[in-house]
Amino acid sequence: MRKILTALLLLPCLASAADFYDRMRGNVPLDQTTAPPTIVNPDNSDVRRSRNYAMQPPVVPHKIEGYQLDKNANRCMMCHARTRTQESQAPMISVTHFMDRDGNFLAELSPRRYFCLQCHVPQANLNPLVNNEFKDVDTMLNQAPAPGAAPGRQKK
Amino acid sequence: MKRLLRRYWDILRRPSVHLSFGFLTIGAFVMGILFWGGFNTIMEATNSEKFCTGCHEMRDNVFAELQNTIHYSNRSGVRAICSDCHVPHEWTAKIARKMAASKEVWGKIFGTIDTREKFEEHRLQLANNEWRRLKANNSLECRNCHQFDSMDFTKQSKRAVDAHSTQLARGEKTCIDCHKGIAHQLPDMAGVK
Repeated sequence: MRKILTALLLLPCLASAADFYDRMRGNVPLDQTTAPPTIVNPDNSDVRRSRNYAMQPPVVPHKIEGYQLDKNANRCMMCHARTRTQESQAPMISVTHFMDRDGNFLAELSPRRYFCLQCHVPQANLNPLVNNEFKDVDTMLNQAPAPGAAPGRQKK
Repeated sequence: MKRLLRRYWDILRRPSVHLSFGFLTIGAFVMGILFWGGFNTIMEATNSEKFCTGCHEMRDNVFAELQNTIHYSNRSGVRAICSDCHVPHEWTAKIARKMAASKEVWGKIFGTIDTREKFEEHRLQLANNEWRRLKANNSLECRNCHQFDSMDFTKQSKRAVDAHSTQLARGEKTCIDCHKGIAHQLPDMAGVK
């Protein structure tokens, strides 16, 4: 009896070990190290991409490999700072980046915005690990309402 | 003083008594080759990566930083060593740089940057020295490898073309104006244009 119980308990474990699959790890079990993916070439086209929503931080359409971003220097600001944009023709950091958390405007980049890569990231042509079904607001507005959808507010 | 000079002048003017003419001329020729060869060999030895990284000031600070950059390791396996960027190739300029480097020997003896803290303190000054030198010689050491005439703008990114085809082409700017901090970490850039 006990033997049968143990076998029954172990069965799902064995089954799951065989068909283990993870989007990030593939078939490699958790206790093994996966082979790291090859390093990709990020987009370097310098073509600005449209944002998916109005408040989205714009993405970086160029390589930033080796850019120094520490206490001493901020490589991004060497082109994107207000005073550098005429020479570099890079987009200036937005006005919100000059504001402290109380909304006061500072003379230059606010310390809380110093680390550009917290929001702005370079792009590479890769298959996403999780499919993205995001639709922007224009798509949503133009979409015909599905039949049997929840009634809108005006019906109340 | 004048008498002393006179005495040596007389010695130099006097023909040799014991040594043959052949020994003197051939001997001088051989010694000349040995001296010149030895001089240049030592000069080359002080240009080697092994020599530069022989002291911990260079090995632990600037050399360690270089190792993460494209000038040290890259897809095509070309490497620029210290002297490729920091010592001119042309002979006169090289000797001038080597003489200026005697100041660095002074710094080594008296431990000007013998700790990480001292090095960080001097980083701006050290960087400024090199920026000034490269600005003055129109980034000569960059151009020893990266020649403007050989640049293919169609292979460069848009940003690179925009900068290289205008300001670099017109000679308004030189490499170091934009390409600072490519082989070593930047110093505190507050106040640096």
